Amino acid sequence: MTLADLKRGDRVRIESIVTRDKSVQRLMTMGLVEGAEVEFLNSSLGGDPVELSVYGMSLSLRRQQAQYFTVAPIHGESHVKRRR
Amino acid sequence: MANLMSSVAASIAIDAIPRSRRARVTFAVVGNPNAGKSTLFNRLTGLRQKTANYPGVTVEKHVGTALLGDSPLDLIDLPGIFCLTPDSADERIAVDVLLGRVAGTPQPDGILAVVDATRLYQGLFLLQQLAELERPMVVALTMADAAARNGTQFDIDRLHQCLGGMPIVSIVATTGRGLIDLKRELLCAMAGETQPVESFWPELRRVASGLLENSDSGQNGPTVQEVERCLVEDDPVATEKLIALHGPDVVTRMQQIRDELFGGEPGLAAEARYRYRWIRGVLDDVQKAAPPMARWSSIVVDWLNRPYPATMLFFLVMALVFQAVFAWAAPFMDLIDTSVTALGETVSGMLPPGIVQSLIVDGVIAGVGSVIIFLPQILILFLFIILLEDTGYLARAAFLVDRAMRPVGLSGQSVIPLLSSFACAVPGIMATRAIPDRRDRIATILAAPFLTCSARLPVYALLIAAFVPGRTFGVLNLQGIVLFGLYLLGIIGGIGTALLLRRSALRGPKPNFVLALPAFRLPNVRTVAIALLDRAKVFLRRAGTVIFLVAVIVWALAYFPRSDTIDDAAAAARSAAEETLSGDVLSRELARIENVAAATHLEQSALGRAGKIVEPVFAPLGWDWKVSAAVIAGFPAREVVVAVLGTIYAVGEEADEASLADRLRSARFADGGIVFSLPMVLGLLVFYAWCLQCVATLAVIRRETNSWRWPIFAWAYMTALGYLGALLIYQVGTAISA
Repeated sequence: MTLADLKRGDRVRIESIVTRDKSVQRLMTMGLVEGAEVEFLNSSLGGDPVELSVYGMSLSLRRQQAQYFTVAPIHGESHVKRRR
Repeated sequence: MANLMSSVAASIAIDAIPRSRRARVTFAVVGNPNAGKSTLFNRLTGLRQKTANYPGVTVEKHVGTALLGDSPLDLIDLPGIFCLTPDSADERIAVDVLLGRVAGTPQPDGILAVVDATRLYQGLFLLQQLAELERPMVVALTMADAAARNGTQFDIDRLHQCLGGMPIVSIVATTGRGLIDLKRELLCAMAGETQPVESFWPELRRVASGLLENSDSGQNGPTVQEVERCLVEDDPVATEKLIALHGPDVVTRMQQIRDELFGGEPGLAAEARYRYRWIRGVLDDVQKAAPPMARWSSIVVDWLNRPYPATMLFFLVMALVFQAVFAWAAPFMDLIDTSVTALGETVSGMLPPGIVQSLIVDGVIAGVGSVIIFLPQILILFLFIILLEDTGYLARAAFLVDRAMRPVGLSGQSVIPLLSSFACAVPGIMATRAIPDRRDRIATILAAPFLTCSARLPVYALLIAAFVPGRTFGVLNLQGIVLFGLYLLGIIGGIGTALLLRRSALRGPKPNFVLALPAFRLPNVRTVAIALLDRAKVFLRRAGTVIFLVAVIVWALAYFPRSDTIDDAAAAARSAAEETLSGDVLSRELARIENVAAATHLEQSALGRAGKIVEPVFAPLGWDWKVSAAVIAGFPAREVVVAVLGTIYAVGEEADEASLADRLRSARFADGGIVFSLPMVLGLLVFYAWCLQCVATLAVIRRETNSWRWPIFAWAYMTALGYLGALLIYQVGTAISA
């Protein structure tokens, strides 16, 4: 499963990243790294680009780039609430 | 040990610049985009700020002075960045200023880092890199109130410890809470009482210092931070410096270091992995989550961000902006119009007829006044653009429109500059600096001048009011439809141009789209007011300088040379008429004689002769020499054409009470044909929709693309397009109506 396969409200943890693409590296400096928790917020009309929440920040990217991030679902509460 | 050495090196770098040369202390205001930098900057500097450009580039430089007690502290508001490896032109400027690589801007003495508490995760990444610059630094934690509403609480003392004792002040920039503490910390930092922080990535620091060892780095050598950034991502400037220091072999050595440290991964990816691992640990330590307050407003915002509601809202917002610009401005415009006319009448009553009266009434008042009228419209337009920007909606618009921009070869990132271009292409083109890809950026720059800017409004408004009947079809007004059509024409021109360029000269890989979407927030009155005031000043300065000057020059060209024979002939005709006629017939005949004399004077003037020379070029468009002369005089700024028409038709007539629209309507060719026929007016409108009559835009294209090729191309291409469009419409229009 990748970041491109999510629907509204899904919460996932990033497992691995294909880092070749320059814009993927850019997204990594914005916090989309292995171990980070991501929530799928919205997509634009037509499903692309997508809007994700990474620890409180909304980020938008195209599906094309989202495919480079392999993710696994997290079960349970939101990452904000879970912390202590 | 390596850490110690590098911090010694950095402190030498600071001290190498004598204090006395820099009478004032300067701090850079740095942070992620939308972290609240500008709001805080405005809070601290108030009106003691000015906006300029960095030399050589159009990235705006906001500089201001904060008063801390009675000690002044100069602040530079830098463009928002996520990391010290730049991706676009504005990020490059921010990083170069921080590294002290911008000529004319000395390296800041210290840093005021602005971190958004709701996005502490991303903020800490930049904060690590900033701390490693080893400058005095104070952290302003903004929006802690918003974070608390989201259910997040911070242990600021713990954060302070994690960051190696860096001063952190929680502030609310909109209300000013925490500002006093912040100022006190800034004072301490100015006095140099801040402890340097150890590197958060010691391995990188160790290899970077290793590259500087055993060398006499001197004044021109790279700093350890420059070497670090260069290792993470190759940077020609720093590599050059290292080669000068160690010879060309250093390139291979750097590659070895990269392979070893980053394990074959790209440097940026390795850095992100390394730093965010630490950051997640710190967040677990300092953030305490409570259940977020369920707020009515956040539920509404969530719903409005869904695909369909968001798209509908986008069209609604756009419709509101255009409606506001045309409907709300009307009463203010009428007010200015009446005042200008009254002023002209009063002044002409006070002055004896002749050269001085003509200069002031026909030249200055008619010329400048006809442009000042549009101040309300322009301010309302800018108000909306500023509001859209300040609330964060512009980024949302980019997200919504990205899909639609793709077939054109652009991305949503082009939407922000293009929407701003509806106010003015100059800030619009400047906003393209956030677009990382060069081809993408140039295509956007060339599309921007097509969009209907506020300077086109005076031309459109004048011609539409004068020549398009105010008929209504149901709720639709014909004048409104024509105006909407002109906006559409601009959009088609811009999109078409971008499409053509992306298929030819600017062919390249499809652009990516990565954008941080700021949370919606209420606009800050102070920020909006300061920005709006700035725009009003720019417009009035232009009206007072360029437009004033052009109006006076055009008046002089239209007034001189003055031959006495025309006056003599008119006097003779007048006395002849007075002998043979009386009553109404006499006064009508006298007025006719005056008009003929004035028109003859104008034809004999320098402007008249010049206009006649260029007339054949524009004759196929149905323009007489007056319109041709006005269009050419409007080259420096398109709104000037209205002023020039105002002046030409004021000089050429004696009947001062008539409005410019009336004068245009009664304009005739020598053979008695109407000059402003419908096909000619529509053609003229198309010409103005597409031509590039704006020196400021050309200058900004020159600076942004750093070549003469693109401004020359843009001008020639757009002028040709405007001419051909006008030609087509006039010729087809006259053929149909004949």
